[in-house]
Amino acid sequence: MMTEEPVFSLLGTSAGLFEAPGHLMTLPTQQRIWSLAKVAQAWPEVREAVPGMNNLMLSFKTPPRRVDELEQRLLQAWREVSPLELGGRLIELPVTYGGDAGPHMADVVAHTGLSVDEIVELHIAPVYPVYALGSHPGYCYLGGMDARIATPRRKVPVLSIPGGAVSIGGSQTGVSASTGPSGWNTIGSSPMEFFHPDRDPPVLLQHGDSIRFRVERIIR
Amino acid sequence: MIEILTVGALTTVQDLGRLGALRWGVGTAGAMDPMALAAGNLLLGNERGSAAIEVQVYPFRVRFTHDGAFAVTGADCAATLDGLPVLPWSAHRVRAGQELAFSVPQAGGRWRASRAYLCLPGGVDVPEVLHSRSTQLRGAFGGFEGRPLRRGDVLRSAASGAEFIASDIGLLPPALAMPLERDGCTAIRALPAAEYGRFTSASCVGFWRNEWKVTPHSDRYGFRLAGEALQRAAPMEMRSHGIVPGVVQVPPDGQPIVQMRDAQPSGGYPKFATVIEADLWRLGQAPIGSRVRFIETTWDEALAAQAELEAWLVEAERLVGLHRNSRGTA
Repeated sequence: MMTEEPVFSLLGTSAGLFEAPGHLMTLPTQQRIWSLAKVAQAWPEVREAVPGMNNLMLSFKTPPRRVDELEQRLLQAWREVSPLELGGRLIELPVTYGGDAGPHMADVVAHTGLSVDEIVELHIAPVYPVYALGSHPGYCYLGGMDARIATPRRKVPVLSIPGGAVSIGGSQTGVSASTGPSGWNTIGSSPMEFFHPDRDPPVLLQHGDSIRFRVERIIR
Repeated sequence: MIEILTVGALTTVQDLGRLGALRWGVGTAGAMDPMALAAGNLLLGNERGSAAIEVQVYPFRVRFTHDGAFAVTGADCAATLDGLPVLPWSAHRVRAGQELAFSVPQAGGRWRASRAYLCLPGGVDVPEVLHSRSTQLRGAFGGFEGRPLRRGDVLRSAASGAEFIASDIGLLPPALAMPLERDGCTAIRALPAAEYGRFTSASCVGFWRNEWKVTPHSDRYGFRLAGEALQRAAPMEMRSHGIVPGVVQVPPDGQPIVQMRDAQPSGGYPKFATVIEADLWRLGQAPIGSRVRFIETTWDEALAAQAELEAWLVEAERLVGLHRNSRGTA
């Protein structure tokens, strides 16, 4: 939900969701969400403080006796936190765009009216901050995609896209970390391994880190 | 050790779930019926959260390669050991070479359930990955080689069970001990979620009043329910956010999807309600084709329901312990 005031709601008895106010997804708001996560992670009833896109989920170690007290504490903390610096690592991902590596490139071309080269140019231009992790192990939600290459999600999700698939869904872009279903448009492929359960931490990137895409090859 | 002789789709090793890895995009996985898993472990003297085999497609058959013990809980799947009936919700001794078989739970059984658990002494011995032995299918790790079981797989138990002394104690399944039904349907308690008020008032009444059918597209990821569509009062734009098992999402077609144990840890559909953790096992056991109803509950009632489950497990552990001591083992 998007509102003018921050909102706290319950996800049953096992978690709660804090949503920052505003209608646009912004980096400064996200930087405050990261700060809020750091504060809430130290609270005794919180198992994990998990940033989403301009929101924060708290999973409970034990359900709090009084929800209103937790809510007040959270709103108070939100008023006090300042944005966390974007001081993470910058990882460069080599991408093969188009062809078998990007089976839905034609749909993005059709929707945007741009050429493959123009789409690739716009896609590699920004440095994308990792806003949050979610969806599946190691998957990064990125901010900062150029609105000119925004393309609606597919009407029928693809049953299985491979790990490393670089895709566009609405105004967002991302790289899948393992084989699985997706409703996004795959425009390229990257060999990067984002998650390995035996590593510590198991993820390549965490929120506050950034990604830059580099053209390995364009298949036209 | 056991060897898998006959196995259906998505039979997996599960424990009580992988908690604390959401920050890496890793969902909880874990038993669809944590009460049955915990009870089976208590019957064997295991830790409650030891890993077990969750069976949801039948028939399922295993051969024991060594003397040992096992417990069967969850659905009443007319288990047999070398063809002789096995008392459900009970632990048993077994000899090398014996075959244990589960068959399809019957609709006319004493309690309706769909998933059965095979627990072994000390738990199924698979490596702990990110603090859990549950199978994480997306990403393929945890459980037995990060995948569902196949015919010919050989699984070890963490303890031999050779010293296990058989007893005739059985537990009354929670579905019978703590039944919850409305108009002949399994009832599930839920709390309204963030977007509840943004659906039409007719839908807010209908969700609690109507029956919901568990469709065939219901699995460990989510239960897709069919019923009178839930209508949004106005279009909603959502930002991706964390979700947990139990969240009732409503895609544009208005047919709700309840997130289950293998659900991904984030989502972006409007959330109508959330099944309380204390009742998620009831839904997890609801067979495909059955009908369920939702009961609106309160935070305090939800916590009381959780406490009731905990009390049941504590009492089960006490009874099993008493019985074991009376048989002369520690």
